[in-house]
Amino acid sequence: MPDQPAPFLRIDGVSKTFGTFQAVKDVSLTIAKGEIFALLGGSGCGKTTLLRMLAGFEEPTAGRIWLDGQDMTGVPPWERPVHMMFQSYALFPHMSVAKNIGYGLKHEKLTKDQRMARVREMLDLVQLTPFADRKPHQISGGQRQRVALARALARQPKLLLLDEPLAALDKKLREHTQFELMSIQERTGVTFIVVTHDQEEAMTLADRIAVMDKGQVKQVGAPGHVYEHPDSRFVANFLGSITQFPARVSSVATDRATVEVPAFGATVETGLIPGLAAGEALTLAIRPEKLTILREKPAGLNAIPGEIKDLAYFGKDSLYRVILPSGELISVHAVNAKREDNRPDWYDKIWLGFEPASAILLRD
Amino acid sequence: MGPQTRRHPLAEWFHRRGWSDLIIGLPYLWLLVLFLLPFVIVVAMSVATRTPTAPPFGYGGDNPVINLNGYARLLHDDLYIRAFLTSLLNAANAMILCLLIGYPMALGLTRVSKNWRNVLLMLVILPFWTSFLLRVYAWMGLMGKNSWFNGLLTSLWNWATPEGWAVTSIPMMHSNFAVVLVMVYTYLPFMILPLYSSLERLDPALDEAAMDLGTRPFGVFLDVTLPQSVPGIIAGGLLVFIPAAGELVIPTLVGDAAQPMIGRVISDEFASARDWPMASSVAVALLLIMVVPTMIYSHYQAKADTGERK
Repeated sequence: MPDQPAPFLRIDGVSKTFGTFQAVKDVSLTIAKGEIFALLGGSGCGKTTLLRMLAGFEEPTAGRIWLDGQDMTGVPPWERPVHMMFQSYALFPHMSVAKNIGYGLKHEKLTKDQRMARVREMLDLVQLTPFADRKPHQISGGQRQRVALARALARQPKLLLLDEPLAALDKKLREHTQFELMSIQERTGVTFIVVTHDQEEAMTLADRIAVMDKGQVKQVGAPGHVYEHPDSRFVANFLGSITQFPARVSSVATDRATVEVPAFGATVETGLIPGLAAGEALTLAIRPEKLTILREKPAGLNAIPGEIKDLAYFGKDSLYRVILPSGELISVHAVNAKREDNRPDWYDKIWLGFEPASAILLRD
Repeated sequence: MGPQTRRHPLAEWFHRRGWSDLIIGLPYLWLLVLFLLPFVIVVAMSVATRTPTAPPFGYGGDNPVINLNGYARLLHDDLYIRAFLTSLLNAANAMILCLLIGYPMALGLTRVSKNWRNVLLMLVILPFWTSFLLRVYAWMGLMGKNSWFNGLLTSLWNWATPEGWAVTSIPMMHSNFAVVLVMVYTYLPFMILPLYSSLERLDPALDEAAMDLGTRPFGVFLDVTLPQSVPGIIAGGLLVFIPAAGELVIPTLVGDAAQPMIGRVISDEFASARDWPMASSVAVALLLIMVVPTMIYSHYQAKADTGERK
C-alpha cells in the first residue's frame, strides 16, 4: 500500500437520500493530492451520486465534503474549483472545439491573449490543434473525449471528476486512451476521481480504488491489495472472477489454519485472518489463476481431485471448469507457458493444487 | 416452369417499387392538387383583366393578354402599401409577444415531471377544442366598454394615474392593440409547441457542464439553451407570423376598419369590389413576402442539417 499524505479531499460521513431511497450511506473517504482515485461499483451503487455531490449538483443529506481545507457545503457548482468530464462528454454542439475548451476561461481574469494561449496549450496537451475550428459533430468519439478532458482541465481545477471516462469508446481506443489519461494526469498533477463500473478500467487507471455497493463503500485500497485481499464476498466477486465455497475452521496454528471444505471432500491449509478460531464457519474463495492443474497428486501443496468438465483454449492461456467429487464446479485459469501437446483434455481426471496463502477466507 | 412462377411485368414492377413510390408520391400529389394547382390559378387570375362578366375576369380585349395592372397598383396605391405594413407590423408584434410569453412556458414544460408535463401540454392545446369564432367573440365581450374586464382595467388606470387623466373606459376594441392581443391569444400554442419540441431535445448535461465550468444559471440560459433553441424559435415564429399576417377574421371583428390588414383587403377586392385580378395580385404578393424568407431559411437549415449528419 502506498503511504498516505495529508488528505486533500475529505469526504466525511456523507449520505444522500432521494425520497425514501438512500443512494449514498455514510461514506467517508480521504483522497491525497495528485492521486487517481476510482469509485467502482455496479449501476445504482451510489458512485455517480457521490460524484455529483463532489461537483455540487447534489447537496449531501448528511455529512460534509472538505476540499483543500475548505468546507464545500452550500458552495454552488459554478463556484467550486472542481470540474467534471461527463459520460456523454456534454460538449456544446454549437461551439467549435477551441470555443468549447475556452468556455470556462471567460470567468477568469485573463486577457484575450492569455486565454488564447491557454486554449492552445490545452489543444496541444490533447493533440487536437488541427481540429480547433471543427464542431463537435465533425470529430470522432475519441477526439470528443479529449475535447471534454481539455475543457475540464483548462481552468486548472483542484479536482477533476471523470464519469465513466472510457465507456463510450471502443475496446482498442480504450486501452490507448487509458494510458493517455494517466500521462496527462501525471503532467498536470490534478487529482482525478474516476467513476466506473469496469473493474479493469479502475485497476489499471487508479492508484486506489473504493468498491461501492448499495450506497456504501465496501473496501478501499490499492488495486493489487483489493484484488488479493478482498475483505467481503461482494468485493471478491466484483473484482475479477472467483469461486467460493462454504468452509469450517478445523484448527488454527501459529502461521496457518486448517479448514474443512465439504465441496473439496478434504481439509486444506490456508493463511490466517485476525481472530480466526476453530469451529468458525466462513467462506473459502479461490481465484482461477491461483490453481494449478496436475496429473499426479502433489506433495506439500493443497490438493483436490477433480475431472475436467469444460475447457476453453485461447492460445496463450486456457480456461477450465473442473467438477469436484461433491459435484460442484471450480474455474481454473492456466497460462500455456510451455509448448506441450498433452494438455489436460475433456474428462481427464486431474488434481488441483494451490498454495495455502492463495486461499482467501471471507467472513462477510 | 408453371405460369404461376411468372408475374405480369406490371405486377412485378408494383411489387418491386410500387408501394414505396406510391407512399412517397402521396404527399407530392397532395401538394400538387391542393397547393400548386390553386396557386397557378391565382397567378393566372392576377394577370387577367377585370370584366363585368361571370366570372369577372377575362384575357385580352383592349388590354394585353398578360395584364400587370394589379401589380402596378400594388406599388402605387398607398392603400395596399399601408395594409401590408399594418399586417406585417401586427404580425411581428404578435410573434414577438408570443415568443416572450411562450418561451418561458415551453422551458417550464421541459422542467416539470412527466405526469405534469402531459397535463400542461393538454392545457396548451385545450383552447382548440372550442370554436375559434366563439373565443374571438369572448374577447370582444371582454374588451367592450361595459365589460367587467374593461371596468377593472379602467379603475386600475384611474387609480394609478393623476386626476386629470381619468377615463370612463379604456378604448381597446377596434384597434391594432385588440388585433395583436387576440392574435397572441390564438396563436400562442403554435409558438409553444415547436419551442417545446426543440427545448425538450436538449441534453440537460450541457446545462450542468456550463454550470460546472463556472457559469451561473442565467448565463447558462444565454450560452447554452438560447443558441440551441434557435431552430425552435424560427419555426414557432414562422408558424405565428405567417397566419397572423394573412389573418382575416380577427382584424375584421376586433380591428380598426380605417387601418385594414391585407387579408381584409383581399377579401374586399374579391367580394365587394369584385376585382378578382387585383385580389389575386395582392394574394400573390403576400405569398411571395411570406415564402421567400421561409425558403431562404430552410435552404440554410438543410445545409446545416446535412453538415451535422456528416
